[in-house]
Amino acid sequence: MIEHHANVTTAAQPHHRENDFAEVHHVYEPHLVGLPPLGQYLREAWRRRSFAVELSRTKLRAQNFNTAFGQLWLVLNPLLLAAVYFILIDIVRGGGRDEDFFAHLMAGIFAYYFVSGAVRNGTKSVVGGGRLILNTAFPRVLLPVSAVIIAFKRFVPTVVVYVPAHVALGLPVGPEQLWVIPLVGLLVVMATGLAMIVAALQVYFRDLKNLMPYLLRAWLYSSPVLYYADEMPQRYRFLLDINPLGQLLAAWSGVINQAQAPTGHQLLVAAAWAFGFLLVGFIYFVSRERDFAVRL
Amino acid sequence: MISLSGSSASSIVVQDVSVTYKTTLERRPTLRNAITRMGRREKVVREIEAVKNVSFDVPSGTVLGIVGANGAGKSTLVRTIAGILPPTQGRIDVFGRVSTLLALGVGFNRSLTGRDNVRLGGLAAGLERDKLEEKYDEIVEFAELGEFMDMPMRTYSSGMYGRLAFSVAVNMDPDILLIDEAMSVGDARFRRKSANRMRELCSQAHTIVLVSHALGSVRELCDQAIWMDHGVLRMWDEPEAVVDAYTEFLEVGQDAVTLEDV
Repeated sequence: MIEHHANVTTAAQPHHRENDFAEVHHVYEPHLVGLPPLGQYLREAWRRRSFAVELSRTKLRAQNFNTAFGQLWLVLNPLLLAAVYFILIDIVRGGGRDEDFFAHLMAGIFAYYFVSGAVRNGTKSVVGGGRLILNTAFPRVLLPVSAVIIAFKRFVPTVVVYVPAHVALGLPVGPEQLWVIPLVGLLVVMATGLAMIVAALQVYFRDLKNLMPYLLRAWLYSSPVLYYADEMPQRYRFLLDINPLGQLLAAWSGVINQAQAPTGHQLLVAAAWAFGFLLVGFIYFVSRERDFAVRL
Repeated sequence: MISLSGSSASSIVVQDVSVTYKTTLERRPTLRNAITRMGRREKVVREIEAVKNVSFDVPSGTVLGIVGANGAGKSTLVRTIAGILPPTQGRIDVFGRVSTLLALGVGFNRSLTGRDNVRLGGLAAGLERDKLEEKYDEIVEFAELGEFMDMPMRTYSSGMYGRLAFSVAVNMDPDILLIDEAMSVGDARFRRKSANRMRELCSQAHTIVLVSHALGSVRELCDQAIWMDHGVLRMWDEPEAVVDAYTEFLEVGQDAVTLEDV
């Protein structure tokens, strides 16, 4: 009885080749060096992108994003934060800060909170995916991507708030400000890479979530948000290159507040960090993905 | 002896598949533990060989039952066929759209409504949005959940969970349906209804893989059965023969408990 399955299997071999009734054919094979075929993986992720969008929409609805007061809070929160930091820094600096600095602070905080929001949502994305991961085969990368979409949708209204402030303060306006589009692109790329890294790490280290606020705070303080990049003392200048957001936020402030085109060095360093994170994050996430179903 | 492979095309071809995975023994894996553990050479990761060199195929339109003790690798095998857990060795070909009804059921986020969970689960499984909207009413009607669909799933009873999961799985028009011990959901009436639906699906051209401890339903519904034991395929034959051999192996005899539709 036991031996009979062997010859049946060999007998079954020939006719699955010319299978014509099924329009869908899945092949599951061991992953080479832990990675699934990446082309196929990306195609499948793209085909199911509406899942990531729908997931972000559902989660935002749960956070009352679609109500008037929810939107108001979304704008008010970073605005209040900018005001608090402005007062704090003005006191520390002995009252020497002008209104321009408030615009710099706003722009910087909004951008920084987009990235840190994506990272914070990302940390929870895979672990919070629980049963869906246990029961459904889909490209898991859609979960951190959805976390970035949520952060981005919360970021957009804050941009709208910045514009009137900019105009009211009489800050320069110019075509150089179009640089904001590629810079937002770099922010998204970096946020996506980081979200993937922390999403996968959280599966192995469940206390990462608790560590995150400290790391993110340290990151804010070492970024040119609460101060101008060119105010940094010489011996701390290296932070601008070491900090993944350093040159990016320096360029960001120049473009948005002063309508100055970013320097080549700024763009190069910022792009290297952003795409580096995306590449490392994606490869790391996808290589760990198989584990998620047995580790949750 | 019957010819199990038949003459029709196969829906699922499993060739020499092994599945091993590592899992942690820690209650909650943390960075702090990982750091304090360093230098102590303590082993907290265990490798599990859940499925070992299993080969079989499921001709299209066949209902295959999988029986075996707890921890025999049945669920891992089904999850591998579903593409959730890629094999460590071997190859699996699946021809057709798969719908799964696995032990843990639908609904990954208890704070979201039933409607959101169904929609998100469907999109993740690769269904098109308009197709999903089309199916949605059928799902709700079959599950008989009514206004509960717009309430958070944490307000559901476990029977309601099961009903929704069953309804989603069977109403997605899959070519292949993978079911893992999820037959005993809901109250007596819903159980009869789901058993009828199962019989209906089994008699249609669907390919079904059914993991069950209810040997009675394996015998009644299945065309073929396999018996998994410690990750190894012990037997692949007609359900009668497999159930007989399995119960003999268990030395329990076919009393009412093992045959009951649980």
